Amino acid sequence: MNSFLPIQIIFLIFLIFALSRVFLRVREGNLTFGAFLFWFSLWLLAIISILKPEFTSYLAKIIGIGRGTDVVIYASIIVLFYLIFRTNVMLENVRHEISKLSTVISIKKIRKPKKTSNK
Amino acid sequence: MKKKLMIVLPAFNEEKTIGEVLRKLKENLKKFKSWQSKIVVVDDGSFDKTSYIAQKFGALVLRHPINRGLGGALLTGFQFARLKKVDFLITMDSDGQHDPLDIEKIMKVLRKEKIDVVIGKRNIFEMPPDRMIINFLSSLLTFLLFGVWCNDTQSGFRGFNKKAIEKIEIKTQRMEVSSEFFSEIKKHKLKFLEVPIKVIYTSYSRKKGQSNLNSIKVLLKLLLRLAR
Repeated sequence: MNSFLPIQIIFLIFLIFALSRVFLRVREGNLTFGAFLFWFSLWLLAIISILKPEFTSYLAKIIGIGRGTDVVIYASIIVLFYLIFRTNVMLENVRHEISKLSTVISIKKIRKPKKTSNK
Repeated sequence: MKKKLMIVLPAFNEEKTIGEVLRKLKENLKKFKSWQSKIVVVDDGSFDKTSYIAQKFGALVLRHPINRGLGGALLTGFQFARLKKVDFLITMDSDGQHDPLDIEKIMKVLRKEKIDVVIGKRNIFEMPPDRMIINFLSSLLTFLLFGVWCNDTQSGFRGFNKKAIEKIEIKTQRMEVSSEFFSEIKKHKLKFLEVPIKVIYTSYSRKKGQSNLNSIKVLLKLLLRLAR
């Protein structure tokens, strides 16, 4: 049986924790099905890469990058940037929703001119 | 039946100027006797007495519970105009930099030339130099992003006819709304025209206006909006 390095064990514990969060969030209804598939695949791939490091080397060979570790780093950076972008877009959408809510509240509580208005 | 005209003034902490702006506006609207006109102040969550003063000076006040920015305030103005089925909508600043006399000019174009959107164009040579550069860059970016050239995209003095009121859908929250109007103009194939207007620059209006640093943020947000 293969013995794991301490770093592999630490990463593995974290990834299992992350994967469990994905299941919990989707059960609570806080994650869409598409987002569930994305995060599930991402963490699963990460777990495979930790358990079988040769998997990343195999991927590196196919893509044409020297080392397996580099593939993981490059892919992580791209994914991180994209996620930041998506978060920004989502934040804008949330802001818009809040504005729409403010609009509805302000129209419901319309304040009429005071009778002492200047003429 | 009288045609309906609505003047919308987005305001955030404008207690110093809103009273005088409304007084002048009401005086000027007396010319439009054959019109059913309404002045609406959208108080964007002010901490001061903006709402109270606006009500005292005869305006209807729509008060946001929290500050949503210029885009949010105009969203409320448009929504209210649609609800009230107004025929024409004018938006103007509440810091006193716009002259209510120019409403007549804008209305003339909207009514007689069958234009959907009128933008009050400030004289760029009267602008402070930094504002002139920012304005040019905003026009350039608006053109590159939305394919519409306008000399003064950042002007807050605008006029809209019924068609434009119904079609324009505001999604941005802050100052970037000024450029968003042009994406809507392009999207809905609205006819637009610029009309020269008079602007009163005071140290107060400059302080209240868009800061140069904020302009950069606006540019970034517009790019983000396009990329999604």
